[in-house]
Amino acid sequence: MDRIPILQMGKFLLVTIQVDLYDRLALNLETDLAQMVNKTGARGVLIDISALSIVDSFMGRILGNIGTMSKIMDAETVVVGMQPAVAITLVELGLELRGVSTALNVEKGMQLLHTKVGSFEDNEQEEEVDDSTE
Amino acid sequence: MIVLNKDGMLIQKEQDVVPFRNRVKEYAVKIGMSLVNQTKLITAASELVRNMLKYGGGGNTLIEVVSKGRENGIRLTFSDKGPGITDIQLAMKDGYSTGKSLGLGLPGAKRLVSEFDIKSIPGSGTTVTVIKWKNG
Repeated sequence: MDRIPILQMGKFLLVTIQVDLYDRLALNLETDLAQMVNKTGARGVLIDISALSIVDSFMGRILGNIGTMSKIMDAETVVVGMQPAVAITLVELGLELRGVSTALNVEKGMQLLHTKVGSFEDNEQEEEVDDSTE
Repeated sequence: MIVLNKDGMLIQKEQDVVPFRNRVKEYAVKIGMSLVNQTKLITAASELVRNMLKYGGGGNTLIEVVSKGRENGIRLTFSDKGPGITDIQLAMKDGYSTGKSLGLGLPGAKRLVSEFDIKSIPGSGTTVTVIKWKNG
């Protein structure tokens, strides 16, 4: 069966969608990602949709689901590389992509993930330090 | 309105959706439609073809290049022989869905195209026709 590859980069998962997805493929990606987040303990998911020529309500729902699912499993999701025409269309369609963070490109998306996840870990470390000094 | 070109495609399974979208794109590019309008048309087509598969069990599509006055456009027709829609007004409402979707398909598709027409006879099927003008 066709699958979208999920790459692990440290504590992040990276997904680059290179083909226009039919529904089953998108649903597979959703379950695969949930399993990968669970298996790897990833703290962030970056989804690159720059190759997608359209995002319809179904694909939008999948992206939203991935965001919510990851959130529940303590991982942040950032969608990057949306084409301008796709963004214009999404707004007119009435899809807000709530619960999903976006960034302009992969680089900015990675930065965003780092700030989202990194700041958390810094706090944790500080707390640990505090504990040890007490 | 003059029909300049006519092409049909049978949609029976999910995997037919992407080739159908590509075919629509080909025609939209051929008449010189802008990228934004192409994207809107293809997104609307994707919504409608999915509805047809999900609720109508698949059906027939027609892709036509039409011309009215000086304007060219693409007309898409989706016809299925499914159960039909009892309350079209309700089906056209944002957020209403008998399935588990977001309920954006029909109203969203309508917003994305220039002209939208839906006819449904409960028990015998639904036909949706949309037109996107090149500069519309």
